[in-house]
Amino acid sequence: MKCWVYDGAMTMIFGIPVQAFLGQLLVGLINGSFYAMLSLGLAVIFGLLRVINFAHGALYMLGAFIGYLLLTRFGIGYWPALILSPLIVGGFGVVVERLALSRLYDIDPLYGLLFTFGLALVLEGVFRYYYGVSGSPYSVPPLLSGGTNLGFMFLPNYRGWVVVASMIVCFGTWVLIEKTKLGSYLRAATENPRLVQAFGVNVPLLLTLTYGLGCALAGLAGVLAAPIYQVSPLMGSDLIIVVFAVVVVGGMGSILGAIVTGYMLGLAEGLTKVFYPEASNLVVFVIMAIVLLVRPAGLFGRDV
Amino acid sequence: MAELSLRGTHAKSSVWLEWTLVGLGILALLVAPFFVYPIFLMKMLCFALFACAFNLLLGYTGLLSFGHATFFGGAAYFSAYAVKVWGWPPEAGILLGVLGAALLGLVMGFFAIRRQGIYFAMITLALSQMFFFFCVQAPFTGGEDGIQGVPRGRLFGMLDLNVSMNIYYFVLAVFLIGVFAIWRIINSPFGMILRSIRENESRAISLGYSVANYKLAAFVMSATLAGLAGALKAIVFQFATLTDVTWQMSGEVILMTLLGGIGTMVGPIIGASLVVGLENTLATSNFPVTIATGLTFMVCVLVFRRGIVGEVYARFLGPRGDAKD
Repeated sequence: MKCWVYDGAMTMIFGIPVQAFLGQLLVGLINGSFYAMLSLGLAVIFGLLRVINFAHGALYMLGAFIGYLLLTRFGIGYWPALILSPLIVGGFGVVVERLALSRLYDIDPLYGLLFTFGLALVLEGVFRYYYGVSGSPYSVPPLLSGGTNLGFMFLPNYRGWVVVASMIVCFGTWVLIEKTKLGSYLRAATENPRLVQAFGVNVPLLLTLTYGLGCALAGLAGVLAAPIYQVSPLMGSDLIIVVFAVVVVGGMGSILGAIVTGYMLGLAEGLTKVFYPEASNLVVFVIMAIVLLVRPAGLFGRDV
Repeated sequence: MAELSLRGTHAKSSVWLEWTLVGLGILALLVAPFFVYPIFLMKMLCFALFACAFNLLLGYTGLLSFGHATFFGGAAYFSAYAVKVWGWPPEAGILLGVLGAALLGLVMGFFAIRRQGIYFAMITLALSQMFFFFCVQAPFTGGEDGIQGVPRGRLFGMLDLNVSMNIYYFVLAVFLIGVFAIWRIINSPFGMILRSIRENESRAISLGYSVANYKLAAFVMSATLAGLAGALKAIVFQFATLTDVTWQMSGEVILMTLLGGIGTMVGPIIGASLVVGLENTLATSNFPVTIATGLTFMVCVLVFRRGIVGEVYARFLGPRGDAKD
């Protein structure tokens, strides 16, 4: 029924190279959408908290699982889950920040990385314990099932939606941070938290909300991903390492940089799948190595 | 990491106490196989050496590598392949594994030292994941099955390593030599420069040290010794698999070091013993190991960042310089 949803299957339906090419490019664009959304969240969190959120992949997995559980346990469908799941994941993030991360701001940022690494292991372990390592399918919402023939290629509606939705999310976050009053507080607190606090802004609250927002972004990406990839406890840890490479390439100095790098590397991965499939797993890391040689600070980075 | 400190400020009595404890520890390891299952002890020793090698980098140079599984698991593959497929004797196989790990360390270090702090951690993690994918696809690693049934062979053509006591004392000897090497490195002028880089990198640069070269040298040494541990493990357990090159393995060695005490000589050994012991205990229950590992991480970071040995030093053996928390 939904075999066209999986990677590769499209190339088997259409044996023609051009369409295979476009198909892989679409897969690349989809992967890029997730890289962009996740590296965006990492950049937002890192910008203010100076914490590399290793749990970001696990929170993405949590978002997908909450969507799945809402559907199977409570019969709540895709569209409400798209709102509810990020809220729950964001709330979880707020609790984690209040209870633990807020105690780690004054010490070496490596401890934040190690703490969130532990958190990622626990989250992954819990879901693995209850749901095993095999994935569970999450069907595409009826409104977006089927596909559209664009003339030059067949576009599954859901995939088109994911690309559009991720762009809206990225653009929205960019506007929130670069163009709103709240965003200006946030950017100011990134530059000089003490001074901003002296002006009467509640910086600890801002930190908590930022972490919550970053986590919610990961949760949202998870729900969007659920119908494309299967819902599995391991879906996050496989992704997070690639996203780290994306972050190293883009540098975490700029929100826009994180977004652009995410899409670019996704597309690069898609292209590699067409020309040299064996290397498609490696290409992001190879690009990272090249960027480190040529521009150690990253493409958009300020700090070395 | 800022809260680690230079040692050498202890009172004389505590130095004496330290050496007594080290002597007792070695004595305990010498008689241990008569009381404890040797395979378990050897696993412990391999991981303890791995953690000590990792600590050389994190504890004494201040670099957090999230990719040490590459050297541990990579060396295991090289040794296992040389011994099984080419029929090399164990000592030559281990040597090849160690050299391979050193080479991998040189390459990974070359890229990673271009960035600092958490970027360094992320780069090592990404490169190590790249090596993992390479191992999944490369024909010589045997894919999901790994390399199994590696013969232990005879050490230098004489000592039969299939005898459980022989291989235990061989592993113990390699472990002690490895730890001694680390101790010598740390307490050499070279080690002092490493510590100065850890404490204040800009200052070390301003004093005229080419910090990048020192970091790379420390990285390669740490990788080499991690490789020694991995090669040894491949010979002892007679297999090399993908498990040893996963990022979970890199995380595990961080946990061992963190739990025992970053920047202490004995900490990683104690941390490794505890983690290996914990895993052995959990293997028979159905409580998932990852949850236990993750919880230990969180608790360590939140309540005792100095680790077990670091806390003991802080409380009972006098000040450790600028230790702050």
